[in-house]
Amino acid sequence: MRRKGLRRLFFVSGIITWLILVIVDVWAVFAIRSGFGLDIPTWLPRIILNLYILSLFYYYKFRIDRDEQLNFVDLLWRGFATGLVATIISLALLLLQQLLGDTRLATDVIYLELNYLINLGLLVSFLIATFTVWKRLILYQKSKWLLRLWTFFEYGFLGLLIYDCVAAESLTVFYALLGLFGVIAIVLAGNMKWVAFLNYKQKWTSLLLLLLTLFYLVYIFNSTRVLLGDSHMAEIRFINHHTSLFMWTMLFFVLIYNVFSFLVILFNLPTTSVFEQKLEEVVNFQRISQSIQTEQSEESVYGILLETSVSTVFADAAWLEIRNNEHKPRIYTYKITESEANDIISHLRINGVTGVLDQNQDKSKNLSRHLRTLKNSRFRSILAFPIYVKGDNIGRLALLKELSDGFNKEMTKIVATFANQAGISIENFRLLEEALQSERYKEELKIAKMVQKSLLPQILEHGRDFEISAFSESADEVGGDYYDALRISESQTALIIADVSGKGTTAAFHMSQLKGIFHSLSQDCISPTMFMIKANKALVYCLERGSFISASFFLIDSDKKEVHYARAGHCPVLYYKASEDKISFLKDRGIALGMVKNNSFSRYIEQQKFTYQPGDVMVLYTDGITEARNERNEEFGYNRLVKTIFDLKDFSPKEISERLIEELYRFSGRDRINDDYTTMIVKF
Amino acid sequence: MIHITRIQEGDVDILRLVGEIDASSSIELDLAIAKSVSEGFSKILVDCKSLEYISSAGLGVFMSYIDEFADKGIHMVLFGMNEKVENTFTILGLHELLKIARDKEGALALVR
Repeated sequence: MRRKGLRRLFFVSGIITWLILVIVDVWAVFAIRSGFGLDIPTWLPRIILNLYILSLFYYYKFRIDRDEQLNFVDLLWRGFATGLVATIISLALLLLQQLLGDTRLATDVIYLELNYLINLGLLVSFLIATFTVWKRLILYQKSKWLLRLWTFFEYGFLGLLIYDCVAAESLTVFYALLGLFGVIAIVLAGNMKWVAFLNYKQKWTSLLLLLLTLFYLVYIFNSTRVLLGDSHMAEIRFINHHTSLFMWTMLFFVLIYNVFSFLVILFNLPTTSVFEQKLEEVVNFQRISQSIQTEQSEESVYGILLETSVSTVFADAAWLEIRNNEHKPRIYTYKITESEANDIISHLRINGVTGVLDQNQDKSKNLSRHLRTLKNSRFRSILAFPIYVKGDNIGRLALLKELSDGFNKEMTKIVATFANQAGISIENFRLLEEALQSERYKEELKIAKMVQKSLLPQILEHGRDFEISAFSESADEVGGDYYDALRISESQTALIIADVSGKGTTAAFHMSQLKGIFHSLSQDCISPTMFMIKANKALVYCLERGSFISASFFLIDSDKKEVHYARAGHCPVLYYKASEDKISFLKDRGIALGMVKNNSFSRYIEQQKFTYQPGDVMVLYTDGITEARNERNEEFGYNRLVKTIFDLKDFSPKEISERLIEELYRFSGRDRINDDYTTMIVKF
Repeated sequence: MIHITRIQEGDVDILRLVGEIDASSSIELDLAIAKSVSEGFSKILVDCKSLEYISSAGLGVFMSYIDEFADKGIHMVLFGMNEKVENTFTILGLHELLKIARDKEGALALVR
């Protein structure tokens, strides 16, 4: 808004100064003609003119120089438009003069003076407008040095304005200054970077605009001069404004840049297509790189690769062959049918062309030779490139032209870059896919963890005369530890603790199998040995080679106060006997489930029995607990376990299990223990 | 980490295990045994004197060869285990399925 206000202010001040100039000059002429004494110093109208020039300079500075939205053609148009308006007004005045003919008014000096001043105002306005436009153009992509020179140039003009007011009419100084500024103007006129950024159409427009601007310049300057040369005026002219040093220099600069621009654009015309092509390449290259982030699928990357390659090298057709895991490669085509493409592919294969996938070969020559021998094909040149993703050749890009020898080395290079870039795009795309996929797996694992947690009993059955508490934690999302308790009858409860060898998902699956087996077998008051034999039979063919499950099965009879149990390779039970105040391990024979496939399993398993008394504590656990390690790589071990349990023996089962786990964490000194661990405490 | 060296004494192939066998290094053990078998040895001794730890995955490797060796008549004897490692075998019941000797002489006596 402030800018707009300033622009208006300078416009108004321009008009006012021009009006003052008219009044002063006309009055001076009037005074001379009437024979009055001349009491106006010559520098006064000069200063007024200078103020007019400065007003216009700032007006155009705000109107043209500061307007960021103008492109090059818009800028030229501004210069041209000002010239057009000036010329039309000037022509109208000329027409009016013709119409007036030899009437008194036509020869009236005041009228002539007014006519001259209007033309002068137009000329100055036009010159300043063009000057500002040239400034924008010259300073496009400016260097520090250029900016300094320009600033000097501009201040120089200010100096010239002052010189015009005060200096004596010394011809030597006049020509010296004109020469100096002329040289600077020519140096500045060499800055034509903007021309390269015009496209073909813009260049033609610019040529026309520049030509017309040139015409207007010459015309208006000339018409002002003609007016001056008028015989009526010659003797009574008060002051001759338009031949000041400033005017000459400005005119020279504006003219010289106009002519230079015109010529440069003219000679640039034939090479424009090359520049445009280069620009297109850059844009296409960007499109391919950007497709990494924006495109939804690999297919759209292929699409962009095809399109950009074709448009960059002006190919007539193209296809993209992508080998997926499927047997037959997929073909994406552009302006060619799939059968045509297949014809060429098979033709090349028959001719044994192997260079297609060799990156270092000069492809343009090698392949096209073979194409000539293919009948019914409109194509005479072919260029083919392999596309690599992570070092694997996933396909190739083929470009075709109807001309023979249609591809040059430059094009080969560019398309090779495109193919590389597309390979990278696809690779990134696949990485992104993989990342998403693994994110999905993580989610799945989270669900698996929840499911597995639900497989472990939330509330453990407790009998008439005992309480159970358990704790379990997995190293991975899911684990292979299992424990459960099932009330079979009023007096009998079955307990199980098991550890599937290995960790993670496979272990978790076997653990869920075991749960099924436990729940179905233990219902029938089965003996511990029988349970183990049947469980082994059920599991042995499900477990993969090298996997096994260690388990202990207990049957607690509250009537007889007896525990019957069998151990299948599981860690020996730790038993605290209250009557003796002693802890011992229940060691006996037994091999893990899944180790022996034949019926000999029963030979290795034995059933044991003991009686319990109130206060006894039975500690079931998995090897994750005894094998937990601390920072010095020491195992928690059996001795520490015995000691810990002995200290905790008087607590409730829940407290014992919680404190045992606490102790374990304290020992390991880490937040995570790198194995599954489970404990189940039974207190009678 | 496990380091396995093989020394042949006549028709006996001796695998010397140094270090620890966990889930990842158990693969090396499996490969070493498989190689010995593929080279035609029918008498394999496993020297466990420097075996410090074996996980269930390592035990699974030994276990997985039991049936195959019984069918092919290959004798494998483990010897020289320290107490802790031996305990691991015992708890799992593997000592009933595998031949385990106190020392090399005992192991050689078992294969001959």
